[in-house]
Amino acid sequence: MSELVKLTAAELAAKIHAREVSAVEVTQAHLDRIAEVDDHVHAFLHVDTEGALGAAKSVDEKLAAGEQPASSLAGVPLALKDVLTTEGVPTTCGSRTLEGWIPPYDATVTRRLREAGIVILGKTNMDEFAMGSSTENSAFGPTHNPWDHARIPGGSGGGSSASIAAFEAALAIGTDTGGSIRQPGAVTGTVGVKPTYGGVSRYGLVAFSSSLDQAGPCARTVLDAALLHEVIAGYDPMDSTSIDAPVPPVVAAAREGASGDLKGVRVGVVKEFAGDGYQAGVLRSFQAAVEQLRALGAEVVEVSCPHFVYALPAYYLIAPSEASSNLARFDAMRYGLRVADDGTHSAEEVMSLTREKGFGAEVKRRIMLGTYALSSGYYDAYYGSAQKVRTLITQDFTSAFEQVDVLVSPTTPTTAFKIGERVDDPMAMYLADLCTIPSNLAGNAAMSVPSGLSDEDGLPVGLQIMAPALADDRLYRVGAAYEAARDAAAGGSLVHKVPELGGTK
Amino acid sequence: MPNISRDEVAHLAKLARLAVTDDELDVFAGQLDQILDSVAKVSQVAAADVPPTSHSVPLTNVFREDELRPCLTQQQALAGAPAAEEGRFRVPRILGEEQ
Amino acid sequence: MTAVAELMDYADVVERFDPVLGLEVHVELNTKTKMFCGCANEFGGEPNTKTCPTCLGLPGALPVVNGKAVEGAIRIGLALNCEIAEWCRFARKNYFYPDQPKNFQTSQYDEPIAFNGYLDVTLDDGEVVRVEIERAHMEEDTGKSLHMGGATGRIHGADYSLLDYNRAGVPLIEIVTKPIEGTGARAPEVARAYVSALRDLLRALEVSDVRMDQGSLRCDANVSLMDKDATEFGTRTETKNVNSLRSVERAVRYEMTRQAAILAGGGSIKQETRHFQEADGTTSGGRTKETAEDYRYFPEPDLVPIAPSREWVEELRKTLPEMPAERRKRIQTEWNLSDEALRDLLNVGAVDLVAATVEAGATPDEARGWWVNTLVQEANTREVELAELAITPVQVAEVIALVSSGELTNKLAKEVVQGVLAGEGSPREVVDKRGLKVVSDDSALIAAVDEALAAQPDVADKIRGGKVAAAGAIVGAVMKATKGQADAKRVRELIIERVGS
Repeated sequence: MSELVKLTAAELAAKIHAREVSAVEVTQAHLDRIAEVDDHVHAFLHVDTEGALGAAKSVDEKLAAGEQPASSLAGVPLALKDVLTTEGVPTTCGSRTLEGWIPPYDATVTRRLREAGIVILGKTNMDEFAMGSSTENSAFGPTHNPWDHARIPGGSGGGSSASIAAFEAALAIGTDTGGSIRQPGAVTGTVGVKPTYGGVSRYGLVAFSSSLDQAGPCARTVLDAALLHEVIAGYDPMDSTSIDAPVPPVVAAAREGASGDLKGVRVGVVKEFAGDGYQAGVLRSFQAAVEQLRALGAEVVEVSCPHFVYALPAYYLIAPSEASSNLARFDAMRYGLRVADDGTHSAEEVMSLTREKGFGAEVKRRIMLGTYALSSGYYDAYYGSAQKVRTLITQDFTSAFEQVDVLVSPTTPTTAFKIGERVDDPMAMYLADLCTIPSNLAGNAAMSVPSGLSDEDGLPVGLQIMAPALADDRLYRVGAAYEAARDAAAGGSLVHKVPELGGTK
Repeated sequence: MPNISRDEVAHLAKLARLAVTDDELDVFAGQLDQILDSVAKVSQVAAADVPPTSHSVPLTNVFREDELRPCLTQQQALAGAPAAEEGRFRVPRILGEEQ
Repeated sequence: MTAVAELMDYADVVERFDPVLGLEVHVELNTKTKMFCGCANEFGGEPNTKTCPTCLGLPGALPVVNGKAVEGAIRIGLALNCEIAEWCRFARKNYFYPDQPKNFQTSQYDEPIAFNGYLDVTLDDGEVVRVEIERAHMEEDTGKSLHMGGATGRIHGADYSLLDYNRAGVPLIEIVTKPIEGTGARAPEVARAYVSALRDLLRALEVSDVRMDQGSLRCDANVSLMDKDATEFGTRTETKNVNSLRSVERAVRYEMTRQAAILAGGGSIKQETRHFQEADGTTSGGRTKETAEDYRYFPEPDLVPIAPSREWVEELRKTLPEMPAERRKRIQTEWNLSDEALRDLLNVGAVDLVAATVEAGATPDEARGWWVNTLVQEANTREVELAELAITPVQVAEVIALVSSGELTNKLAKEVVQGVLAGEGSPREVVDKRGLKVVSDDSALIAAVDEALAAQPDVADKIRGGKVAAAGAIVGAVMKATKGQADAKRVRELIIERVGS
């Protein structure tokens, strides 16, 4: 393994921009790493070797010509979740129904990455259409957690989190509808941020639940996440829900946090996120993190958000409802899979047979659940009530943020579970997103930052930090301060403790 | 307490255009029942005076100028089509009426 | 196929039943771009050349509302005397159909942008009916299907279909009336007059091409019957594919006679969508749906709410043109028309044309005379609308001016008009090309008169004997000799003169 792949994105960028190493070398090192370990990890659905090397070469040429780097991350390799469209590069969303589909356009996030000179290595594995918490729902096989190949890397963005934990990429993009960036970050010992809803354009993000989906950065350090956040965020006229306001100063906040303390910062511990269903080692790691924040000078108080316990049920009505409509377009008429078109079946039959064949069980389950929740006669009791819960959760956040600057909780109640352990029990699977969902429903910003290993199983645990909408910078200040203190105490970054890969699967 | 029957699941599958198998009907009926039972608790706090939230961004009146943007070419539009003919998407015979 | 439906005699229908109408009109706005994307909103063109990821429903694409379309919707609402919502949203109407790229239509559900309005409609005899408007809301059009194979090119019996999404996403406003009751035997006429009045209004607003033949104005007619003494509405049918004003009237009338026969025979009406057949003026039912549609409407999460400020609404109100009804009142006063004369003008669709002719310098009476008499006949002969004749109001005014100046006689003027209609150029050009100037040189006329008198000495004698009326025969002969280019009045004068000399 080349030492290059162990560097942070910020370090790589500095070396590339100083022309100590070329972007092509860096890219090649990561491609080699992918070739070496991805058979075991299966983080990637598609590796775009040619495109990546071409993009890297272009960065090197511009630097050689004396141009300023296109961004602070120009030349750094990144893994892109396969739910964002890439012109000329397959985009499957982890589904058979889109196998082989090559989009004719770039998502806004993709375009911004390209314009920033970031090298897109390929597309990462995910739960089909981002529905899941383990990446086991990918039609193309599960991704394995680099910490323990028998365990899940989280989901839906397990490919993105695993790729950076396995040093296959320095950075990754995830999308977070109910925790799909943060929960994989937590169980792989990496950083994941769900920006404020509307902060990052959804144009070209294949929708799961439009009012909840948000793309965000995955990285091994808080600063790297901030640098990537700055590249992908900002107003986009192609997305009606995009916020026309300056991007919060996330990079400055990360630097400030890493070098300073947290004096004057008020931190609220969400009272409702503890107790039954939480793994003891996770709670102990969380308590240690809270003590660390206190030691950094933060004022820690307990805050009650009484409606957060209704977030999970509300989410499992709203997200499937929107999904049932969003996924209706996969009908075998204009693109994607088509089966049974043998002259004997009608368009209606071909649609039904193709959707039956092209969608996996979880997707079908949620489509039917959403169809039910929106049906006349049930709408008020289910979808309507869930939207009211959304209001109550937003109100809980509003009153909490009158008392504190950020809220904290464990990111997910347990460490990475075993592959196959929860596949036949949807409700157990859904619990993985218990703590992350409130921020999706309210639209505010949230981050997961590694808080060490659980003492009983030696697997990574994540600390979730939540900030008000448009105050994403607070996540980075608190996250970076905590990360610096934790790493100093532990003698290094958590992710470097990931076992050496290769051979074992 | 919700109770979703196998027939109701079959109806949902039809609405959602999913040609589910008999085995799936049994499995989904049980699972949906369990999930609905669990999510039904939203109604416990959804009082009449609570306004619903459909969007978490406080935006209104987001409009576009009435200005042309480049379209896809016919070739690009049809590139992903399972079947095409005469510059159009070819689909099997349609049974239902237009809406 | 279906058996021929039994029909009840129309007089019996209205004797026994009261019809209730509900009209849903879809109008395509003439914005430059589509409702939710920047693709061109144009009729026709090569298939699938006016599409983008958004209107093709590609994964990941998002809609953004065309502000000009919202403006059009609000102006239509205001012109229909509606209230404009202070806050409203788009909703998704979910149903699978191949012409619908996303398998949901982005529409409005329980929060239309305009609601509670009315339109006053004048019938042929001058009776005014107020049609109440339930709502006007924004939505998007679908793509178009071509049904291939089979005998008829229709959906039934086709082997497969071809889809063109150029029209998908074109902005539509759906205007829905409240139930129209109490119109009795005149229901079909009211339906037609309403759509006609709505078309005029939309044309005056310049928000749409309102071409029923091209589908930029489409009407669905809901019809039900109730017993004279009933208090509740009967079951309705919705008839689609009604593509002209005449069809609106025929479709309503047909449904009334069809439903009446069923009800009178003790049957019940099936709530269904029916299709109007232009060829024989009947309606036919579609395939029966196994289950009722459940559109699973919910607020469109990809679009934020619309909250038109009252300032904006008032600004738009100021941009409303004079409404057709008000304009008619003003014109009646200005042109000093009887109710009957105004009605004639309206019936032949000549108001705009006459107004434009007056604008170009003609007097209202002259302009009206030409359009309502001469040109209506020409239009009838050619089986076209008056406005579709190949002559402009400015050209008609020019002809009128040529007559007033004495350059043309009325007879010659008609010939000039024929020339213009035949595409020979402007009135002046036709006059020159055909050599149609009035002969005003008396010497040539005198020679012709003398010749005619000499040819008919007995007539000359009668005139000399005081029977001036006999001069007609000589006038005729002179006109014939001069190929009609002489001024008949002057010829007559010359005859009297020459006989006496």
